[in-house]
Amino acid sequence: MSGTGARENIFPTRMALTNTKLRLKGAQTGHSLLAKKRDALTTRFRAILRKVDEAKRKMGRVMQLASISLAEVTYATGDISYLVQEQAKSASFKVKAKQENVSGVVLPAFEVDRVPGSDFNLTGLGRGGQQVLRSKEVYAKAVETLVELASLQTAFTILDEVIRATNRRVNAIEHVVIPRLENTIKYITSELDEMDREEFFRLKKVQGKKKRDADAAEAARRAAAEADSDVENIEIGGGGGDLLDSKDEDVIF
Amino acid sequence: MATTSFKDRNLLAVIGDEDTVTGLLLAGIGHVDKQKRNFLVVDSKVQASTIEDAFEEYTQRKDIAILLINQHLAEKIRPAMDNYQQAFPAVLEIPSKDHPYGDANPSKDSVLKRVQKLFGD
Repeated sequence: MSGTGARENIFPTRMALTNTKLRLKGAQTGHSLLAKKRDALTTRFRAILRKVDEAKRKMGRVMQLASISLAEVTYATGDISYLVQEQAKSASFKVKAKQENVSGVVLPAFEVDRVPGSDFNLTGLGRGGQQVLRSKEVYAKAVETLVELASLQTAFTILDEVIRATNRRVNAIEHVVIPRLENTIKYITSELDEMDREEFFRLKKVQGKKKRDADAAEAARRAAAEADSDVENIEIGGGGGDLLDSKDEDVIF
Repeated sequence: MATTSFKDRNLLAVIGDEDTVTGLLLAGIGHVDKQKRNFLVVDSKVQASTIEDAFEEYTQRKDIAILLINQHLAEKIRPAMDNYQQAFPAVLEIPSKDHPYGDANPSKDSVLKRVQKLFGD
């Protein structure tokens, strides 16, 4: 019996069978589409993964260079950290987010949006101004690398999440929805077959009964006919008979 | 989803030691708005709880797109870092002068850890 697996609670009719078959087809289409989406995302994910790894290592080198340039500044100018911290007013180095679409997933990418700033112009006015300027440039380059890395990393995080959700859906359809629909179809088919057999049996039974009745009727008729002919014979044998022989009480003459 | 409202995010924030912060401020990422700064200087006297509070604050703020944090400081608030799963702001662990990055221990980084796990190493 097909009631073994989970199935939908549905009344077994031809209509329901058609509907369920349509739904099964839909589920299969959805499954293949989602699987394609997953593959596309995974391809992208792999590419990003490799880039993240590279960018992280590059960042290590860039930050090292930046640290050295700051050391030069400190050597030439003295400690400027307090000055710089107090002078910070509004950011001249900002990022702009733009978005990119990968199979329906919006991936943000940060872009450097730099206003050619005149901040800290007076820093190192006494001495070491050049080093400060150079350090500024080196750090700006470093931050650009960082921004690039950050957008890669964000894409990485989002893609990871989306791939997991897609995987969950693909697996749910493959292992839960499709088997359940298949079970439902099996159940409906078997119930319909059962009903067909019952109907067939019933028809046979009715037919048999009708035949029996007909036979019985035929036999009865034949018997009656025979009896009739006997009677006729007798009557014929008895001659016309006299009508006046039988007295009718109602008749008044 | 985490992708909402990332258009307004255009600042960078930093939690780091003095040199890192100074350098990044030189590049021009500093933004002071109503006494609210987008950078935190951490020296040896700063408690881990302060770093964590700043981390919370910067990740809650709506105008920050990228949060930079020194790796050795990230190490101090590792549980909070590992719990952080949002896409925005993007948290980036950066090396510092005293604690260089190099190829020696990139495996500490929470993102790189995941990268390496996915590569199947």
